[in-house]
Order: sequence, then C-alpha cells, then structure tokens
Amino acid sequence: MKLLSMLTAGAMTLAIPASAQTDIQFWHAMGGRLGEVVEEIATKYNESQDTYNLVPTYKGGYEDTMTAGIAAFRAKQQPNIIQIFDAGAATIINAKGATIPVADLMTEHAGGFDSADYIEGVRYFYADSDGKMIGMPFNSSTPLLYWNKDIFAEVGIDAPPATWEEFEAMAPKFKEAGYQALAQSHSPWIFAENFHSRHNLQMATANNGYDSTDVEILYNNDAMKMHWGKVKAWLDEGYYGHYGREWGANQDAFVQKKTAMWMGSSGSFGGLTTSADFQFGASYLPYWTSVIDEPKGTFIGGAALFAMAGKSDEENAGTADFLKFLTSPEMQYFWHKETGYVPITNAAYEMAKADGYYETTPDAEVGILQLTQPGAEWTKGYRLGFYVQIREVMYAQFDNILSGSSDVDTAFDAIEEEANALLKRFNDSMN
Amino acid sequence: MKRVQFEHSPLPYLFIAPQIIIIVIFFLWPAGQAIYQSFLLEDAFGLSSKFVWFRNYKDTIFSDAWLQAAGFTIVFSTIVTVLSLGLALLLAVKANEVLQGARTYKTLLMWAYAIAPPVAGLMGNLMFNPLVGDMYKFMNAIGFDFDHKLDPWDASFVVILISVWKQVSVNFIFFLSGLQGIPNSVIEAATMDCKSSFRRFWTITFPLLAPTTFFLMVINITYAFFDTFGIIDTTTQGAPGGATNTLVFKVYQDGFRGADIGGSSAQSVVLMLMVLALTVIQFRFIEKKVHY
Repeated sequence: MKLLSMLTAGAMTLAIPASAQTDIQFWHAMGGRLGEVVEEIATKYNESQDTYNLVPTYKGGYEDTMTAGIAAFRAKQQPNIIQIFDAGAATIINAKGATIPVADLMTEHAGGFDSADYIEGVRYFYADSDGKMIGMPFNSSTPLLYWNKDIFAEVGIDAPPATWEEFEAMAPKFKEAGYQALAQSHSPWIFAENFHSRHNLQMATANNGYDSTDVEILYNNDAMKMHWGKVKAWLDEGYYGHYGREWGANQDAFVQKKTAMWMGSSGSFGGLTTSADFQFGASYLPYWTSVIDEPKGTFIGGAALFAMAGKSDEENAGTADFLKFLTSPEMQYFWHKETGYVPITNAAYEMAKADGYYETTPDAEVGILQLTQPGAEWTKGYRLGFYVQIREVMYAQFDNILSGSSDVDTAFDAIEEEANALLKRFNDSMN
Repeated sequence: MKRVQFEHSPLPYLFIAPQIIIIVIFFLWPAGQAIYQSFLLEDAFGLSSKFVWFRNYKDTIFSDAWLQAAGFTIVFSTIVTVLSLGLALLLAVKANEVLQGARTYKTLLMWAYAIAPPVAGLMGNLMFNPLVGDMYKFMNAIGFDFDHKLDPWDASFVVILISVWKQVSVNFIFFLSGLQGIPNSVIEAATMDCKSSFRRFWTITFPLLAPTTFFLMVINITYAFFDTFGIIDTTTQGAPGGATNTLVFKVYQDGFRGADIGGSSAQSVVLMLMVLALTVIQFRFIEKKVHY
C-alpha cells in the first residue's frame, strides 16, 4: 500500500508539469543535419521554461510543408508555427486571416517588437509594403560564389572574380587546365532573382509585387537577356557546367573538382567543410560592370516562420515566447554556427563578431556581409503569387536556352507571357 | 435466355460492402471533390472562393505547358506499353522453351518485379548521373553525345528505359503463366500441322494468350499514365524544358507544390476523362477480338 501510494505520488509529480504545459506545434522543412539542429533548439527551449512544450515536426521539403500547412488549415488542424519558404511567401501573406503578423503577435505577447533589430537584408523580405513584418525570418541564406583555392593556385589565379567581366577573362585558363570554370545550383534564385537585386533592377511592377497582387513580371529585360546569352556561350565554350536542376548534382561537380567555382547558398558552407577535400573560399556574387558600377546587396533566400491564425491566446503567447527565444542572440549565434545560415539580428551578428568567430572562419561572414551591403530601391525582395509555378516556367525556358532549342529572346518572351498569365490567375484568386 | 429469380438475401450486399465502401471513400468522394474544386477559383487557404465555370479548364488545359505534357504523355505511354509488353512476351516465350536451368532463368527475369517505381527511378538516376553514372559513361563511350540534362530525346530515352525495365518483369510473370496455361495437346497438334514455329506462335499461341495480353495492356496503360509518376519525380522532374513532363506529374506540380487547387483539379478531371475514354475504347473495341 505504501509502495502503491509512493508510485502514485511519483507518477503525479511527473504528470503534473506535463499536463499543465501547453503544446506548441511547429512544422518545419529542415531535414538531415538541419533537422537535428532544430530538435536541439526545441530541447533547449523546453528546458529553459516549463509553461510551454514545443513540438517540432518535420513535414518534408519546403513545398511539402506548405501543402501540409494548407491542408491542415482547411481542416482547421493547423499548427501554431509553420515554416514557409521564399517562393511561397506571397501565397501565405496574401491569404489575409491565415496568419497573425509576427509584429502584432510579438507586440501583444512578447513585450514589443522592433524591426530595426533585424539586419538590413532580412528586414523587408517577409514584411508588408509598409515594412511591418508578417513572417519571422528563420533560416536565411544568400547566394555566394565558392571557389576551389587549389585549382586557382594550379592555374595561377589568386582571387575569385568580383565581376563577370573578370570571370570571362579567367575562364579559358580553367579550360586549358581541364576544368569547367563554373556551375551553379539554383538558376531562378541565383541567375534571376538575386541577379536583379545585385544590379538594382526592378523585377516586377507594383513595387516588385509588395504593393499589390495586380502585378506583371519584368524579367524580359536587356540585362537579364544579355546574361543568359553569355551563360549559353559559356556552356558552348566549356566554361560552364550544367548538371541538371538538382541542387546536389551541381554541388557534387564542385566537390569532385570538375568545376573551379560553384554558386550555392551561404548555408552550404557547413556541408562543404565536411565534403570537400580541398581548400575553398567563399566570395560575393559577381556582377556586370556593364550593367552597374557599384553592386548592391542581395536579399535572403530560405524560409520564415509564420504564426497561424485560429489559435487560443494561451497558445499564441507560447508561439510568441518561442519566437522571442529563437531570435535571442545566443540562439541565433548557435543556429548560425551550426548551420551556416546568417544570424538575423544585429545583436547576434555583434555577438558572433565579439566571440571572434569570423577571425577563425572568415568565410562564414561573407554571406552576412553581402546581405548588409548597401541596399537600394530593388534589393528588398519580391512578393509574387504562384511563384513556384513561375520558377518551373523559368527552369523550363532556361533549359531551352542552354540546349539551343530556343534563342534567348524567344525564351524570355515565353517566360514573360506564362508568368504574367500565372500572376493574373493568382490575382483573380485573391479578389 | 430465361431469367432465373433467386430469393433476395442481404448477405451478398454485406459481402461486397467493404469493396463498395473503399470505392466510395477512395475514389468517388475525392473524384467528386476534384470536380467541385475544378469550378472554383480559391486562394490556397480557402479564405476566398468563387465559382468561375470553366475558367480553370481554360487557363490550364490551353497552356503550352499542359499541351506539351499531354503530347509527351501519349507518346510515352504508347512506347512504354508496347515495349514492355513486347519484350516481356519475347522473354516469356523464350524462357518457356528453355529446358536446362529454366528456374534460374525465370527467377532472374522476375527479379525486378517487386521494385517500386520511385526506387527504380532513384537507381536509374544514379546510373545516369553525369559525374558517377556508369550508363552515362557507357552511352558517351559508344559514341553518343549523350546529355539527358539538356537533350529532350536523351531525357525521354532515360525515363522510357527505366519505366520499361521496371514493368517487363511484371508482364513476364503473367505471360509465362499464360503460356503454361495453354494445353500441351493443342501445341502438339499444331506442331504436326505446321513446322514454322513463327507461324504456330501467331496462329495458335498468341490468340490463346489474348486474354492475358488484353489484361496486361489495360494494366500497362494505367501504369504508364499514373505509376510512372515516381520515376519522373526521382529522375527528370519534367526537365529539360518540360520535355518529359507527364500529365499526372503536372497535376502534382501545380496542386501539391504550387498550391493552385482549382487548376490542378481541372487537370485531374481531364486526365480522369481521358483514362475513362481510353478504358471504354479498350473494352468496347479491343476486347471484342479477345476470345476467352
């Protein structure tokens, strides 16, 4: 009897905190090592307090996670927090009533919110046209140029190209030594979206789509067409390697020393450190001096966290509490170091600098330096509906340019026409 | 014919109930939802919704991308069906004639039977990987300027090869058992009448195999239309330039990745009608030539 009551008492003490906690559901798209880091953050958060219990769930890739969130919302089973990627931002942000803007959520439940705490390059991407943040930037990355220092030394070049003109001048040397000069892993992101930001070119009407869903694409411009004409010429010359649209296949070409340079994400840094058996460096995205004299910054890729609507005040308070924890300098620095994604707040960046992190690993700072380069009119990002489909159109037409089945003009006419049809359709679905 | 009336009992209905319930839940209900959604234009979260008649059909079906996918799907399905049936029949006939080591032959030919399409796709993707793939190196070594990442023909070749390879062993099993079901007496009688084994095959064996062939044709067309999704998804994803995009993969791309529910519903309704029409044609016209 005594034993029994002891057992019951034991069970009670275990059970009480668990039942008193509020579960906060968090659906994310971070697989592999990134997923492990998310789990670690959840554990740290759950150990740091005992009011809420954060439950992270991996839902597959970015698109899968978004689809799962949409289906759940329609069935009124949505999670508290969902991770939505850059190309899906217009879908969730334009659906008024699907989410609570994080700026409002944090003001109400976490004692205030100031978007000036966030670094320049991430501040506006997930904000509305007035600059109010709707989604909380989470895994933020930016495209970078990685270069194989061993191959560069072999052909006698000591620095990566800052401009595409420099690239063109050095590319033949790599070919002579038996290498392709360049491959890249995401044509729409690197060679279209950030191409516009870097050269301060407008991507779409209506303020890059931030002001309205009634918008038209502006990709069919001379600078863009000139660039893709060059890419095709580089491919034909053997300077450029095309390993399909898969991210990994192009990165592998760099890791296996087929190409001297590769353009990927600042978040690729950690992975390359373990997979590459050569010295490599990271550098800024090259630009055309024929298009712009002083290049501008890039904007973020990756994804943001959105607080979904339709939850109780108690749960929303938990969501805000977790987001506050996540954006604390300590957690951001941890996330930055473990994954290579950039820290999203100025305080976290300062902390990393003060800790001497960039003295030991200077390449880890390149992404954030590029993001904090001077912004301009067209560097804040874009907000375009059905952008996943528009990227498909771009992938298809870029293939056509590279295979020679379309010339550059025809391909960009097709991109313009199909993208505008999709944007019009999206606009009609919103009104 | 005289109609015989049996006394009604609820028991038969009870027996078929599980099947009916499954059809209702997993086919009729979703199909009905798809038809309903295909007339609506909604934002992804379903917060604003309006009835737009045939707008979704017009927007998606008349787009270049859909027409391209439809063209490829038809060519692809025809080639995959003909090749995987033809090869399997040839292998089954030859394996059936083998006396020495017959079991080993048959086992080896059935080997790939249980492989799921996505797994076949992943294996194919690895074999055709430009950096490490043996098939890729082989194709270039024998003189082709092979680049399935950019050449539409090469990419089509890859997905057709993988799709046929995966299906041949399934067809082989059916053809082999069909062949073994033909009575020996018939074969022996035919052998006395005609010494050309080629003519014997087309006049005796093939007509007797017709029920199996017909069944397999229906199954293979369905396979080529729908099940090859896993192969496309794990290899080309429709690239290059949408040249290997199939209709079912496009439904997935627009609906599940792109969150365009109305548009992908309209596409899936059209796809459903196409397969329905195809099935009706098969049963009305081709089955008449089949003798059971």
